[in-house]
Amino acid sequence: MRNTLIQALSHRLFWPLALLVILLTVNVIAVPGFLAITINNEGHLFGSVIDILRNGAPTLIIAVGMTLVIATRGIDLSVGSVCAIAGAVACSIILGSPNPGDPGVVTVAVLTALALSLVVGLWNGFLVSVLGIQPIIATLILMTAGRGIAMLITEGQILTVDSAPFKFLGSGFLAGVPVATVVAAAILGLVALLTRRTALGLLIESVGINPEASRQAGVRARGLLFTVYAVCAVLAGIAGLILTSNQTAADANNTGLFIELDAILAVVIGGTALSGGRYSLTGTLVGALVIQTLVTTVYTVGIPPIATMVFKAAVVTAVCLLQSPTTSAALARRRTAGPASPRPVATPEPAVTR
Amino acid sequence: MSAVATGPVATGRNLGARIVDVFTSPKSGPVLVTGVLFLLMFAVGGVRYRGFLSGQVFLNLFIDNAYLIVLAIGMTFVILTGGIDLSVGAVVALSTIIAARLLQAGWSPGVVILLILAITSALGLLVGLMIHVFEVQPFIATLAAMFLARGLCYIIAKESITIDNPFFVSMANVRIPLGYRLSITPSVIIALLALAVAVWVLQYTRFGRTTYAIGGSEQSGMLMGLPTSRTKVLVYVISGFCSGLAGVLYAFYTLSGYALTAVGTELDAIAAVVIGGTLLTGGYGFVLGSALGVLVLGLIQTILSFEGSLSSWWTKIFIGALLLVFIILQKVLTSRRT
Repeated sequence: MRNTLIQALSHRLFWPLALLVILLTVNVIAVPGFLAITINNEGHLFGSVIDILRNGAPTLIIAVGMTLVIATRGIDLSVGSVCAIAGAVACSIILGSPNPGDPGVVTVAVLTALALSLVVGLWNGFLVSVLGIQPIIATLILMTAGRGIAMLITEGQILTVDSAPFKFLGSGFLAGVPVATVVAAAILGLVALLTRRTALGLLIESVGINPEASRQAGVRARGLLFTVYAVCAVLAGIAGLILTSNQTAADANNTGLFIELDAILAVVIGGTALSGGRYSLTGTLVGALVIQTLVTTVYTVGIPPIATMVFKAAVVTAVCLLQSPTTSAALARRRTAGPASPRPVATPEPAVTR
Repeated sequence: MSAVATGPVATGRNLGARIVDVFTSPKSGPVLVTGVLFLLMFAVGGVRYRGFLSGQVFLNLFIDNAYLIVLAIGMTFVILTGGIDLSVGAVVALSTIIAARLLQAGWSPGVVILLILAITSALGLLVGLMIHVFEVQPFIATLAAMFLARGLCYIIAKESITIDNPFFVSMANVRIPLGYRLSITPSVIIALLALAVAVWVLQYTRFGRTTYAIGGSEQSGMLMGLPTSRTKVLVYVISGFCSGLAGVLYAFYTLSGYALTAVGTELDAIAAVVIGGTLLTGGYGFVLGSALGVLVLGLIQTILSFEGSLSSWWTKIFIGALLLVFIILQKVLTSRRT
């Protein structure tokens, strides 16, 4: 029993999961029926938990891509702008067609938006892998210019679309589950399958841990980096389409604003280090859920909206401090010092310095 | 690592080769390239637009960007150690709003300014401790500080508050004549003083050398007996202090405090530092280069305002494109040697 507890405490997902449970408990205390899920007469699932899963989908989708980028020791700041570009392209195509409700038109719009996202991702990959520019600066270029491009497409207007097939993506239901949630789950599953059931994940990690050594071992880092940035941008495009469809409008200035920060935060809360290497998609899932539950908690508990950001800062700081090597070392010392300790717990390896 | 640009010993080599060497060295190359591009842009602007090539247009770059110069100074310290500070824009907003609120309540300007500098330095200290003691990554620790600072802004005041304190108003309006009908504001002098102090600290003190050493290799610095821990925390205090000072200058400039002001300024500061030739991985760079980077960003804005017809989205695209050109040029010119 005690050993299991110690093992659980030292698991790297312990603190994020504990936080998630605490947040949910707070919600349940504030609203007793918080966890209840009802089925309405159309067979759709409803409830606060479903809302968290649906509204958290765009962040999760981007965070999955971001996890892979971060695992290669990179970062992608341009995802928010890519969201705006994808939404702008899709909306302008749908608005430009004579028949906005036609599924064919919507398909073309979605595919064009994703193709453009792919181009953006390849551009980022080119800057990082071929020109060797630091990822944060390489993607900063498109973070700045990307919103400009999105505004160029929408000509500075907010494009409101009224198209049933397009709206389905953001607010529709598939077998009772919100479409956005289904898409996010499918993407998470697919990426997990592709990187964990093949050697791909290992190669990505090796590039992140030591680019030079992996190059000498024959890993094609350049192609991997291209792929990773392209995947991240396409996923950002999908998230952008979901966001735009949910608002039924493309707003070049505000679609996906600051979503890159939330996505990076989700990845870090999930235990993937920004210094690259070992990554955890499960952790990212937990991280994204924590962030979305945090937002929901603000509303249910009735924290004044003006204090939301301070609350967020407090939670982020708490998670980071609890996860830090210093804290776990201190905890380990306390455990080994205790007389009831059945066997000495191995001291944690010293913190890796950059 | 010494930051002084010492060209290779050039006995028996001609001047051309020496110039190529200086321009392609990873230390001084990027700064020089940025300097040349700045002059080129200024010349092109002078040819294209009437009244562009004047001393006052040049001085206005300093007047409009005094606060950004101070921000870039703090950011340079942080980036030299291989860190990053995302909180500076939010801290600027927090400073303006504290200033506006306390002045509204009738506090004396001197006390308010000192209080702001103390608060922002303390915030920097907390971030530094979080990064050093708890080994939180700088990106995340300063992101949390950014959320905290923005959140505090909203709690203090949601609406924009106008500053009508006589001292602040006079700081905004006073012009210091330089002759030939040229003038600057007191903020410019403050920014240039801060710049001079920063140059002195980085080039001529042990603290400055340790800052470069951390960026080069923290472990080697520590094994050499340099006070790396103290320095690593202190650079964030410096960045916090600079953000506070920049916030005061920004309040002089805009005469108001507003929670949503200076959104994204941290990216301008980072861009200025990078354009100025400081390597984001740390170890290489000059604080004067960062000031030059700020002037380049300011010059882009000036050219766009002279152009007049460009919409706001073209501004964004243009800045992104220029950032790209700078980075690629620096890359190409400095990678030739290695």
